[in-house]
Amino acid sequence: MSMQQDLAPTTGDEVIQNYTINFGPQHPAAHGVLRLVMELDGEIVERLDPHIGLLHRGTEKLIEHKTYLQALPYFDRLDYASPMAMEHSYVLAVEKLLDLEVPIRAQYLRVLFAELTRIKNHTLNIAHHIIDVGAMTPPLWLYEIREDCMAFYERASGARMHAAWFRPGGVHQDVPLKLLTDIAEWLDDRMPRLFEDAMSLVVDNRIFKQRNVDIAIVSKEDAIKWGFSGPMIRGAGIPWDIRKSQPYDVYAKMDFDIPVGTRGDCYDRFMVRVEEVRQSVRIMKQCLQQMPEGPVCSDDRKVSPPKRAEMKQSMEALIHHFKLYTEGFKVPAGSVYVATESPKGEFGVYLVSDGTNKPYRCKIRPTAFSHLQAMDFMSRGHMLADTTAILGALDIVFGECDR
Amino acid sequence: MSHSAPLIHTPDGTIAAITKALGANLVSIEEANGEVAVHIHRDSLVECMIKLRDECAYQQLMEMAGVDWPDRDPRFEVVYCLLSLTKNHRIRVHLATNEDHPVPSVTGIWPVAGWLEREVFDMYGVLFSGNSDLRRILTDYGFSGHPQRKDFPLSGYVELRYSEEEKRVKYEPVQLAQDFRNFDFLSPWEGADYVLPGDEKTGEAPAAPAGADKSANMEAVKRTARKPKATGDKA
Repeated sequence: MSMQQDLAPTTGDEVIQNYTINFGPQHPAAHGVLRLVMELDGEIVERLDPHIGLLHRGTEKLIEHKTYLQALPYFDRLDYASPMAMEHSYVLAVEKLLDLEVPIRAQYLRVLFAELTRIKNHTLNIAHHIIDVGAMTPPLWLYEIREDCMAFYERASGARMHAAWFRPGGVHQDVPLKLLTDIAEWLDDRMPRLFEDAMSLVVDNRIFKQRNVDIAIVSKEDAIKWGFSGPMIRGAGIPWDIRKSQPYDVYAKMDFDIPVGTRGDCYDRFMVRVEEVRQSVRIMKQCLQQMPEGPVCSDDRKVSPPKRAEMKQSMEALIHHFKLYTEGFKVPAGSVYVATESPKGEFGVYLVSDGTNKPYRCKIRPTAFSHLQAMDFMSRGHMLADTTAILGALDIVFGECDR
Repeated sequence: MSHSAPLIHTPDGTIAAITKALGANLVSIEEANGEVAVHIHRDSLVECMIKLRDECAYQQLMEMAGVDWPDRDPRFEVVYCLLSLTKNHRIRVHLATNEDHPVPSVTGIWPVAGWLEREVFDMYGVLFSGNSDLRRILTDYGFSGHPQRKDFPLSGYVELRYSEEEKRVKYEPVQLAQDFRNFDFLSPWEGADYVLPGDEKTGEAPAAPAGADKSANMEAVKRTARKPKATGDKA
């Protein structure tokens, strides 16, 4: 290009310097409705401007018009690749404002399913990352794992994706014993077999490494400045995990390791997620071993509904049920910011209550906002084809990014 | 403390250290629900944030939230959630502003604030001086209004559809097939502090039957309002 520039262009010889292209919003590697406006010099990315909001549904506005319980299912629809992890932040925020105690079995069940959700999310992301850089076989096996996870979701909550199973005060229903034994069997045999098989094809693969090693290196300083969290900050080498440093539910009793990257490139972020899946398996096994019998929802009748059988006998139970499903429960005035370690990073809920039955303000902190924003500096100077690898390693879902 | 939300232990002397670092710029500082909230003056934001980052070790800006309080003056509140990776602690920084007075941008301290400020601007119309890219972020291209304000209706003003005749997307005023209903479930039978629709006639002589043009909303309020009193008291 520069050589041509030195020669005086004759008429008809167009010298093209940079050109701008649209990536998405209908591109299979855009992981949803992302529009990237890219300025390219040949195949080198000079500048990159993500346009988001194409999936904006006004979730926060809708939540302000719903009672606390009615607002819960909206969270499943944020990051639809890890629904229960989204619910987790919200129910913990409501419980914190109410200062509500959750039965220990419910806490174990939540952690068990939060980690199942992590496996579900990471297998999807790993699979898509691999597809984005050109391999086809491992994703098919990883989708088997994801399918199993959704079957477990269905057996616990009745829904494969949008579970609405975590509730303020515990979980909606207890799980049958057979489900727990099936999960234990799956963790012992089928899950590691499928996962390690698929991973053996990629982690040492020469082509996969060529596409990922040294791509989009993020230093520790940049990771802090850009508000990174989750596998993105761990990939940059900072051992930060909210499950360890600010434990919630029964994470304090769990024994697990936090993988960190050494170089901060796409390959490190990928490997952090791979190791997190193995650690999630460890946590789930501990949950299954330690989980006690007992109630799965708070017995505070001003917050959690009575059993259906009880309602046939007790007038008071009937009234409680009626009041909870019309007026809902009232939450004391105040505000909290509760963040949990969702599979994609720090997922936070800033909840402001004015003492009524509806949230006054519910600000959702998506993980994708800080990560996607950093894509501009991460992609600069890289080839056009690398943007798919970078985007794959960011782990973006637009339901959550756009809200 | 009985809840099981993320455990954040406030180290001793945190509040004193922040008070000392911010000095006269601090409006108030309080700890509620186990979280420290710092209220500061709008114009001293950048100075305070640099002190909080460098002297008090709150390295990361995790989140920014706007809140609309129509009854207050100034009307808007902007909340910054900071995280200290080294002290393992979180604080919130609050400031108040209105739509005429811009808030100083913190993009110079944390580049991540760029999009966060764009979102607050998009949703509330709060301006940020010093943010070089203050475009709308989540709403449609060419959108007008600030949807998270409390006076912005839930249904919005404009709806769009693909017109088969004109072969393009058309924007039209919102037309709801059914009236928008917003039920007030806050125990109306326990003595509402407003006059229920129809009740204003109780003092008057019997008039003509009520018109048929009552909205569904009013009907609903009336129905809930006449539930037996005993039911509400027990629950």
